[in-house]
Amino acid sequence: MKALEFREVSCRYPGQRENLVEKLSFSIEPGSFHCIIGASGCGKSTLFRMICGLLTPVSGTILRDGAPLSEIERACGYMPQRDMLFPWRTVGENLALPLEVGSALPKAERNARIEEALADVGLAGLADRMPEELSGGMRQRAAFARTMLTGSSLLLLDEPFSALDALTRVSMQEWLLEQWLRHRMTILFITHDVEEALFLSTSVLAVGSTPICSLTEIPVPLPDRRRRSDLVRPELTRLKEGLMGMLRGQVPA
Amino acid sequence: MNREKKATDFSSPVFLLLLLLLWQLGAMKLSAAYILPTPLQILQRSWELREVLLTVHLPATMKVTLIGLAISLVLGVSLALLMDLSPFWHRTLYPLVVASQTIPTTTIAPLFVLWFGYGIWSKVTVSVLFTFFPIAITLCDGLRSARTEMLELLITYGATPFELYTKVKLPCALPYFFSAVKMAVPMSIIGAAIGEWLGAQSGLGYFSRRMMTQLDGAGVFAPVILLSLVAMASVGLVSLVEKRMVRWRGES
Repeated sequence: MKALEFREVSCRYPGQRENLVEKLSFSIEPGSFHCIIGASGCGKSTLFRMICGLLTPVSGTILRDGAPLSEIERACGYMPQRDMLFPWRTVGENLALPLEVGSALPKAERNARIEEALADVGLAGLADRMPEELSGGMRQRAAFARTMLTGSSLLLLDEPFSALDALTRVSMQEWLLEQWLRHRMTILFITHDVEEALFLSTSVLAVGSTPICSLTEIPVPLPDRRRRSDLVRPELTRLKEGLMGMLRGQVPA
Repeated sequence: MNREKKATDFSSPVFLLLLLLLWQLGAMKLSAAYILPTPLQILQRSWELREVLLTVHLPATMKVTLIGLAISLVLGVSLALLMDLSPFWHRTLYPLVVASQTIPTTTIAPLFVLWFGYGIWSKVTVSVLFTFFPIAITLCDGLRSARTEMLELLITYGATPFELYTKVKLPCALPYFFSAVKMAVPMSIIGAAIGEWLGAQSGLGYFSRRMMTQLDGAGVFAPVILLSLVAMASVGLVSLVEKRMVRWRGES
């Protein structure tokens, strides 16, 4: 069974005449890590908005674990571009959000799960801090822990590291890979950074054109457990050049 | 911020003292207490009048203020919620509410005395008209300040519309709410006093006017000073509550 499947999905934003996604079909396996890559403004985030139900396709079906999206009522593990930690809540209270809405978990159990999730992302003991007291990387990890607490096996990460400085970004990428190897959830990760895409994903899904009518799957010839130094291998350098060329072809000069 | 605060702590009382000194000297030179009493004369007169001011007129004004404020809060909050919930009502009411701000309430206040008589309700009406609109507008803006991304995030978690309000919109609007209340408290006191000034049997506004007819300059000022003190104390009280309840204010 596929973790996620698009069948001839088309969509457009209300009030617009042209489709942003046109008869798109693709599917992903459970436990895989895919990066969706494409030029800015090509509609990558629109795909996420459809998967988490914020936008309804005008035609076609989206299946999650084999069931149509419209039939399942389940929290979805969406992590938006910016961390979106609520500034009036402590870190712990922020993590409680997905547990507070919908199902009402007993408070003791909720707190236990929050502590566990925080420890899991290396923020043990910081539940009572305010988000503004954390560094950029720590905030992203807290937001990631919150996304994990939705209980969704499919995580949708929308350029989560794009606002971080280069050094933090690199260490967060390694950290995320480690998390994935440990928990083996299905991850869809939007980025426009080719290197980030190659370092993280099992295979890259490249957006070929606007409107999006197909995603080109490009397998990354690396084992799941990889090192940054692997990226300088000749075949990866070639792959990177190829992807760059493709993306640059889309950007109107 | 701290340093700035320290600077004002010194400069503002000193400046106030200077102004008072200037007033004292000017009034002493003019020597016409029925038009311009000196600050010391006002203090002295306030002390003489303390009993009637504090036991009769202050309670009367405070009663009007509190009733007016309560009505304004209920009306203002309801209107803000209505405008936030329904785009139709927002489109329809918001411009009207803003336009109504341009009506000089003071000038139509005498009508209320005609409509509601000399009792408490004509004053309450003035007070409500002074405060209801700022509360509605400020709170409505506060509810709308909630970030779409935050709302959408909660929707993906499966939140109900009610949960969107309790978890995002109301916390976002809370600082705005306190700003509105801090604005409304002194305005409702002023509104009550104006109402009393136009026609009443008791209250600080009424008392001030009565002293005017008796050419008692210091007696006119005494209730005014008391009004200011009460307004300042009330705003201070609201700020105290705000400090306890609002952990966050502004951007991010």
